[in-house]
Amino acid sequence: MAEQAKGKWSSFKLEIITPERVLVDEDVEGVVVPSKDGLLGILRNHAPFIGSLDIGVIKYLKDGKHRYVACNQGIFEMTGTVLRILPDTAERGETIDVERAKAAQKRAEARLKQKSREIDHLRAELALRRALARQRAAEAASKN
Amino acid sequence: MGENLRDIKRRIRSIKNTEQITKAMEMVAAARLRHAQERVEQARPYSQEIDGLIKRVAGSFSDLTHPLFEVRERQNVGYVVFTSDRGLCGAFNSHVIRKVEMELAQEKEAGLIIIGRKGRDYFRRRKYNILSEFVNIGDDPAVDQARGIARTLVDLYTGNIVDEVNLVYTEFISTGKQQPVVYKLLPLAQPSAEKSNDTKIIDYIIEPSPEDVLAMLLPRFIEAEVYRAVLESRASEEASRMIAMSQAKENAGEMIEQLTLLSNKLRQAAITKEISEIVGGAEALKG
Repeated sequence: MAEQAKGKWSSFKLEIITPERVLVDEDVEGVVVPSKDGLLGILRNHAPFIGSLDIGVIKYLKDGKHRYVACNQGIFEMTGTVLRILPDTAERGETIDVERAKAAQKRAEARLKQKSREIDHLRAELALRRALARQRAAEAASKN
Repeated sequence: MGENLRDIKRRIRSIKNTEQITKAMEMVAAARLRHAQERVEQARPYSQEIDGLIKRVAGSFSDLTHPLFEVRERQNVGYVVFTSDRGLCGAFNSHVIRKVEMELAQEKEAGLIIIGRKGRDYFRRRKYNILSEFVNIGDDPAVDQARGIARTLVDLYTGNIVDEVNLVYTEFISTGKQQPVVYKLLPLAQPSAEKSNDTKIIDYIIEPSPEDVLAMLLPRFIEAEVYRAVLESRASEEASRMIAMSQAKENAGEMIEQLTLLSNKLRQAAITKEISEIVGGAEALKG
């Protein structure tokens, strides 16, 4: 089974496309997507699906190795042979500046402590979640 | 005569300076143009996919509605004007501005959303109705800036302040050709089910619901369109600047040539005069 899983037949295409560029365009064996309804594992021939993407870490398996991409909210679409993820922003774990992410986390936490309008609060919360996701992706990538 | 010659020499030096500066600016513009063109290319897949998704979602479920599809009576029309922050780019800004003024001449009531300092200065001076302005876009506009603009446009539309939103930007066709175009952004054209015939109709599971997914897709589509217009406008600006600078450089070269010719003539004349004076003097002594 494990050998079969590595075979060509089980791979499918993963595209991660942000408004600025195509970040990932690779053949992969499996993907875990942070959807709004929780983590969603996707393999080849998954039923056609359109769902909303949440802030988090996209994890995918390619050539038996795990790779990590931090992502913002967005949309994703599985056609059966192509998984297309369209996040508002995304960054590969290896390229994330951990110091910057930590600084962003501190800023967001400071803003959350202040009593402020609801919209600012919400925005700070999203910023905090993004900063945490970026740190997680960077950490996971560095352990590879 | 001698002073005149010195003046001309001084002018030649000064024009040579100008020639060098314009040459440097031309090269900078060329580098920036290449970068801007790359950004346009890189941004294309996202807007294509978002557009495709909207058609697929709307195509597989008929009569989806959304406030951004809603067509209202055109009372106040919004025009988004894409100009540059900096000058020295030939007729780039005046072409866009002229296009806008032509459009405005046909409207009873219109409001402007202005991008770029040049456009803002122009329309502010003439007391046009400016609803919103964005300056200091920078050489390498980020998608965040387009997001801010897009959000403003959606707010203006859903807040019934404008009943239509048009983008007026310079389409980049080639380095030698850029064209101001008017593109109707809002209300969005309702994608019909027929249109999706070219794509295979797949029975999608859509979560949480087609309406919710559409509500996520449409603002992103608008963002992507605004971003594209910003990038195309940037590429056109640099192309226009490059051409303008190259022409300025050539003009300077021509002027230098003419002035050099003139200075040679003057020098020649001075020498001839001197010789004839010496000869004349010698003749006089002989006599």
